[in-house]
Amino acid sequence: MWDRNEMAARAGKELRDGWYVNLGIGIPTLVSNYIPEGVEVTLQSENGMLGMGPFPISGEEDPDLINAGKQTITELPQTAYFDSAQSFGMIRGGKIAMAILGAMEVAENGDLANWMIPGKLVKGMGGAMDLVAGVGRVVVVMDHTNRAGESKVLKACTLPLTGKAVVDRIITNLGVLDVVEGGLKIVETASGVSEADLRAATEASIV
Amino acid sequence: MMKVYDNAAKALDGLLFDGMFVAAGGFGLSGIPELLLQAIKEAGTKDLTFASNNAGVDDFGIGILLQTRQVKKMLSSYVGENAEFMRQYLSGELELEFNPQGTLAERMRAGGCGIPGFYTKTGVGTVIAEGKEHKDFKGETYILEEGIFADLSIVKAWKGDPTGNLIFRKTARNFNPPAAMCGKVCVAEVEEIVPTGSLDPDHIHLPGIYVHRIIEGEHEKRIEQRTVREA
Repeated sequence: MWDRNEMAARAGKELRDGWYVNLGIGIPTLVSNYIPEGVEVTLQSENGMLGMGPFPISGEEDPDLINAGKQTITELPQTAYFDSAQSFGMIRGGKIAMAILGAMEVAENGDLANWMIPGKLVKGMGGAMDLVAGVGRVVVVMDHTNRAGESKVLKACTLPLTGKAVVDRIITNLGVLDVVEGGLKIVETASGVSEADLRAATEASIV
Repeated sequence: MMKVYDNAAKALDGLLFDGMFVAAGGFGLSGIPELLLQAIKEAGTKDLTFASNNAGVDDFGIGILLQTRQVKKMLSSYVGENAEFMRQYLSGELELEFNPQGTLAERMRAGGCGIPGFYTKTGVGTVIAEGKEHKDFKGETYILEEGIFADLSIVKAWKGDPTGNLIFRKTARNFNPPAAMCGKVCVAEVEEIVPTGSLDPDHIHLPGIYVHRIIEGEHEKRIEQRTVREA
């Protein structure tokens, strides 16, 4: 089984040289620690920045320089800033090669739910709906099961959707699955996880 | 042409009325028009509708107008940082229209450009698409979203000149340019008003045509999530 950092490292292998990429909040943020050698990617922050740098050292925090999770960050020599309309113009316009984001549920047809639990959690979708509809490739990184041990990889999502048929690849603590015609295809299993374990933990159809 | 005002209250004089629609810049607590929001609170204007990506926190940003029950409705993409917002929303005191963040930004930009509607893929197949016109282009389905036309825009910039030309700083630009564009009148607050001619014309982020009134003031610029790494 992979831990958070191993999942992030596996997601890092999805990155290709020259890509512009958007990383979501949580485990996806950790992916920036695992960019493979020889691969140069530019991170987009949808509040209006390309070329996002690491967190600042103490004393150098700037209230005018935050990421989409409202965390203080830094700029890089190649950084560019722009407004929110242009930021989502490049997202909607397909200029961002890939988004890596977390999820509450993913379905075998690529449906994604990650923004709302009716009656419980009403925070909003932020930029997630725009990202999954606009970027070239959507990779979800999440735990395979919820706290009750139930599969988050489902035949159909039960929660309100963020996007319909938008997910390309799912990376969980148990392995990697691709959304293909008719269901999900196992790409690889995590260390110490058998294909049978992965199938047993998955409600969705595996083809 | 006299765009410079002494303070936020004077700059808003004659522009506020109950039930009005305000577009505000800012993302989280970064680049929010904190002085103008405080002045609206003091003016006591009621039943406000705000188009703003976020709703501030309980005691800063639009949150201060929620405490005084001056807000009737919000158009936002994310309101998770505000406990009072959640309380008023769940009790039915406050209306909320969730907009995907890029759709909200483009609705403002479109309104400011005289575009009453546009088609987008964002939200197709979700609750956001319910009740909206669907149209196919080259085999893909899009939904119709409407431009925002606000009564008033309030924005925050880093520097401005007396003609209203604005320059923003880093990610504090965010929603400010599109918010500024979509209002009948736009009031901008800046950290420094510099003499006309001292900003490089090639480096203006928002031309003064969009800005009708401007004030200079001290900003608190609060940090929402202070995150650091080891030196």
